[in-house]
Amino acid sequence: MTSSESARAIEAVWGIESPRLVAALTRVVRDVGLAEEFAQDAFVSALSQWSSDGIPRNPGAWLMSVAKRRAIDYFRRAQTGEEKMRLVGREMQVDESEETVFDALDEDYIPDDLLRLMFVACHPVLSLEARVALTLRLLGGLSTTEIARAFLTSESTIAQRIVRAKRSLAEAHVPFEIPDAAQRMQRLASVLEVIYLIFNEGYSASSGDDILRPALSEEALRLGRVLAELAPEEAEVHGLVALMELQSSRARARVGPSGEHVLLLEQDRSRWDHLQIRRGLAALARAERLGKPLGPYTLQAAIAASHARARTADETEWARIAALYDALAELYPTAVVKLNRAVAVGMAFGPASGLDLVDALLDEPALKAYHLLPSVRGDMLEKLQRFGEARAEFERAAELAHNARDRELLLARAARCARA
Amino acid sequence: MRFLVLVKSDKEWSGEVPSAEMGAFNARLEKDGVLLAAEGLQPSSKGARIKYENGRAAVTDGPFTETKELVAGFWIVQARSKDELIERFSHCPFDNQHLEVRQLFEAEDFPGTRVGTLSPALDRAG
Repeated sequence: MTSSESARAIEAVWGIESPRLVAALTRVVRDVGLAEEFAQDAFVSALSQWSSDGIPRNPGAWLMSVAKRRAIDYFRRAQTGEEKMRLVGREMQVDESEETVFDALDEDYIPDDLLRLMFVACHPVLSLEARVALTLRLLGGLSTTEIARAFLTSESTIAQRIVRAKRSLAEAHVPFEIPDAAQRMQRLASVLEVIYLIFNEGYSASSGDDILRPALSEEALRLGRVLAELAPEEAEVHGLVALMELQSSRARARVGPSGEHVLLLEQDRSRWDHLQIRRGLAALARAERLGKPLGPYTLQAAIAASHARARTADETEWARIAALYDALAELYPTAVVKLNRAVAVGMAFGPASGLDLVDALLDEPALKAYHLLPSVRGDMLEKLQRFGEARAEFERAAELAHNARDRELLLARAARCARA
Repeated sequence: MRFLVLVKSDKEWSGEVPSAEMGAFNARLEKDGVLLAAEGLQPSSKGARIKYENGRAAVTDGPFTETKELVAGFWIVQARSKDELIERFSHCPFDNQHLEVRQLFEAEDFPGTRVGTLSPALDRAG
């Protein structure tokens, strides 16, 4: 192995092992920043030793034992009892021997540590962008450079964001624990929001490094699957995994040969990833089996699943989808959800019913510059043979569209209405 | 990115229960959220080969005795790089067998599909 090959292999070990390492260290030192420092120290030792000796059989255990030694050294150097208290956690006795404290790290890997780390990285004291960066760093093992490239921002911006986030967590004395029942729903919602935001960053490549962006969606899916193993009793976790699997199963069919968007009903369904659809349906079934009222992610997954189960666009069960959108709009009455609901109602019960719902959205500020609103309205008017109005809507949609190819398609539809 | 990892062997897998080590190896892949699929293959005596020649398909039933390298099973695993995949599988508890690692095509490998501004919600709007 050349030195650059071994360096790359060791980088790979970091990506695989660092989340557990940081999680277990945080349990003992009670500070994510400090935990990450010890983990990185261990990694630096690994770089020099493994380059000559090769990677050990169990690199995770090797890194953990070195990190543990670093932590003990640091702890011994801490001058005062007060400082020791600060380092090893408020509830710990100062006179407890430091060896005993760190023996905890010799125990087998504790899955709850990773779950605690997720809750800490997504803590509401942090801004959403700080949560995203910290999650990718601590739980994804991504470097600052990788995160910066993915978000099209400078490395120093991300580095600062992470430093500040760690400081905020320390200042707020955020405990390293799984939130109790009273807080759990809200805290879990924050974790799910962060994962879904990372997924969408990768999914909508409107800006940024388009090579790394699919990697963000993959990472979000991975984090979702990890979370599903850690918190199997949480239906919405499985709902989110199902939603992400089902949405990305359509990735290949979403964009046509000249870069135009292919809408769901026009997609070539043979290009969907059926293995991924199967995983999505399995995750949805796990969510539903828990027998709780369906949350917003599970409802969206159920909608995506209805599309995935239809072999052709004509076989879509629109009445079922409309009912799912009704339920979603109850929980999540956003303009986009209502627009989607109008489309489903129009498909299930005829364009006149859909149009009523769309017309109720015309004053929604969130939809003002949204080309899909006039485009959907145009479609319904065209079906109702109100061609003049339909044409005007398609032209307006074309004006609002961002993509040249989409604009062309909308103008073609306007022209078709003009001829009708 | 995704990789197909083929288990190549000169002897076939007879369906014995995987070792505890292999169970642990797979469990780690699953816990890390990277295991997308894993299957063992039945003996080639239950399979067949189809050869396409001159516009027709010639079928030969198994077993494939003349082959040195039989495929005994496979994984599909998500990884951030080939290095990561290889690092994971260099700890795979195998002996006297070998693995072949191949990268799968992704949506973004196809022309055109690197572009895209649709949000998932719009995609669903149909």
